[in-house]
Amino acid sequence: MVDVLLARYADCIFWLARYIERAENLARILDVNETFSRDSRGGQNWRSIIQLNSDEERFFAAGSEISAQSVLRFYVVDADNPTSIVSAIRSARENARTLRPLISTEMWVQLNVFSNRLAALGVADLAPGRLAALLTTIKEACQTHTGITEGTFFRDQGWYFYQLGRYIERADQTTRLLDIKYHLLLPDVADVGSPTDVSQWNALLRSAAGYHAYRRLHAASTTPARVAGFLLFNQAFPRSVHHCVRETGRLLGEVKSRYSLRGGNDAAEELDRLRAVLGTLTIREILSEGLHEFLDVIQQQLIAVSRDLSIAFFGYQPDAAQAQTAAAQ
Amino acid sequence: MGRSILDGYDPHGFYCEMLASQASAAVRERLSRLSIDALKERAAAANAELYNLGITFTVYSDAKTIDRILPFDVLPRVLSAEEWRHLETGIVQRITAINLLLDDIYHDQRVLADGVVPADLILGNPNYRPEMRGVDLPHKAYVNICGTDIVRDEKGTFLVLEDNARTPSGVSYVVENRHMMLRAFPDLLDDISLRPIDNYGARLIAALQEIAPPGVADPQVVLLSPGTYNSAYFEHVFLAREMGVPLVEGPDLVVEDESVWMRTTGGLARVDVIYRRINDDFLDPEAFVPDSMLGVRGLMRAYRAGTVALANAIGTGVADDKAVYAYMPRVIRYYLGEEAILHNVPTHICREPDALQYTLDHLAELVIKPVGEAGGYGITVGPKATRAELDDCRQKLLADPANYISQPCINLSVAPTLVDGRIEARHVDLRPFAVTGSSTWVLPGGLTRVALRRGSLVVNSSQGGGSKDTWVLG
Repeated sequence: MVDVLLARYADCIFWLARYIERAENLARILDVNETFSRDSRGGQNWRSIIQLNSDEERFFAAGSEISAQSVLRFYVVDADNPTSIVSAIRSARENARTLRPLISTEMWVQLNVFSNRLAALGVADLAPGRLAALLTTIKEACQTHTGITEGTFFRDQGWYFYQLGRYIERADQTTRLLDIKYHLLLPDVADVGSPTDVSQWNALLRSAAGYHAYRRLHAASTTPARVAGFLLFNQAFPRSVHHCVRETGRLLGEVKSRYSLRGGNDAAEELDRLRAVLGTLTIREILSEGLHEFLDVIQQQLIAVSRDLSIAFFGYQPDAAQAQTAAAQ
Repeated sequence: MGRSILDGYDPHGFYCEMLASQASAAVRERLSRLSIDALKERAAAANAELYNLGITFTVYSDAKTIDRILPFDVLPRVLSAEEWRHLETGIVQRITAINLLLDDIYHDQRVLADGVVPADLILGNPNYRPEMRGVDLPHKAYVNICGTDIVRDEKGTFLVLEDNARTPSGVSYVVENRHMMLRAFPDLLDDISLRPIDNYGARLIAALQEIAPPGVADPQVVLLSPGTYNSAYFEHVFLAREMGVPLVEGPDLVVEDESVWMRTTGGLARVDVIYRRINDDFLDPEAFVPDSMLGVRGLMRAYRAGTVALANAIGTGVADDKAVYAYMPRVIRYYLGEEAILHNVPTHICREPDALQYTLDHLAELVIKPVGEAGGYGITVGPKATRAELDDCRQKLLADPANYISQPCINLSVAPTLVDGRIEARHVDLRPFAVTGSSTWVLPGGLTRVALRRGSLVVNSSQGGGSKDTWVLG
């Protein structure tokens, strides 16, 4: 009886993982941005976060102007903004509520308490002196969730769909981070080699928790190509696109064979192709063809994988799956 | 014994569950070692933990949804082994009679032909389901899960107030309250031979497997919930977890080839037994309310074909109707040839002219209840009602007498309860839970509900009630 998983539950657990991963990434980006944006390019940095999430329309519709204050409010505490941290955690908590028969009590309690605490936050909590501590708390709460899940979640089908959601979201987040920051940070002639330039690239690495790992590999130099290559390809870095795609493919193959699931072949093929591309192209080739175009193709393929999973395992009709993945991106 | 937190506690002449019981002496002695501050501290911690655990029910008001815990009072309600034996045998007797009654009214209708219960009261009842005529159920078990509401009068006599034979809720609080007590008051529970209750899920799934369609090996059981917005969603989660079965919603199920299937990651999987927490009306849009979004189209066809079992069966609501309740002592005598072990509260059936007249003449002394409502809604408590409320009640009675019964106001027993940092007497009732497959088993104790408002007799969670852990000793 334990090897049966409701299609609806698979959908919920997949998205639970995605919401948490998304909230953690957003907290990382805001945290790093807050620390490194107190310079001449500060305003541009806050704008890039809005672009990163394709939220220009919604942000400006509310009549807001770009400032540290307005962007932070929009992304941390604004419950009406579906891409805010508070919304992501609320959605994760709603999914967890549905999933209570499946997930561990510890997972539910931590998310319930976390969500209640975030819902009580106000603008005052975003004041410069308190923000860093708040974002650290959020990041750590997401990591606590991950740790509790690792230590308590029963390893049956549900666990596989959770992991699939996590890795797909993480790959997507890394491509988005790189996409926006890379173009923003392409050096002005005046900035090349300047301390500002290097600290911005370091900030990008810190957003992805890759700074120290990168240093171990390339102690001497921080170049745009090397940073991009590291975030895309490094097999040992847990947030690199290649690593996430490889894990997604492995997990999908494993869940299919272990539980004799017939569906999901389209997604598996899609992931194979993606892995082949990431395994053969060099960063030099990609940069000469255009990084943005390359990242866009990867994002489209990740969306296709997500849609294939929705149809194969979550019980969506093809047109509904299309609408659902589009709305959630 | 030194100074106790119960010193100065005054039950105001009501029957007190704590003071009147010899069995609770050991509990009183352990309580006396606690200070009121320690009690308050542990009570606050316990209630905060219930909230964090999400052991909540949902209240809907002004289009807002609020998650609330059922306030938990940490002073336990104690029952002796003798008291429990009396309750247990009385409940088993009653459920046996109810199942015989249901089997009869959906088959030969002897009870109606013999004039024991008026035919129109059964056949004209909105909860009587003609679709069930001639359907044979394994073990003739219609009511698989029953919650019997029991009160105690000023002499300490147990009386049945209501049979909940549809989808009674509350058992999750019983088990979770106990977990809470074990964590918060290990010193109180030490060495008092308290009967355990954590095998409820195991007993329930065993009973549900017993009622599976004949010939099914290792039947797949599921729990069918209306979804996360239902006020009892936590309980549905609890039951599914305790049984280790999928918690499904209507859209997860589909009827094909007169059988029920659930949609899984690997395609359709067969379902054999459904513990449904959805009322008959919403269960199958093909058979009942046509625009129900909660149910499963074709479920009634599959049920009649005998390919799936439902718990409780369709059409059990007729047996817990408040008017039919009045006939239960006669029903027990008719089928079992025995007197009822647990008595009813004397009940006036207002559809009968004499009873209506009596009720109108004694309105201010009686409790007047609409027969179709649940959750304590629509009840008028005569002695507590204002003149305007009594007038309003009189109008409603005259307009539709058959919709009402009346009962004398029972001076419900009280139990010491922590209220605003002090220990005061509050009225309590008891809802034991019985599980029936091939036989009936009763969970020791049950849900003790407590009316937290001073003087209030209404214990329902939707009306300001709380709960206590119920301890059966010995």
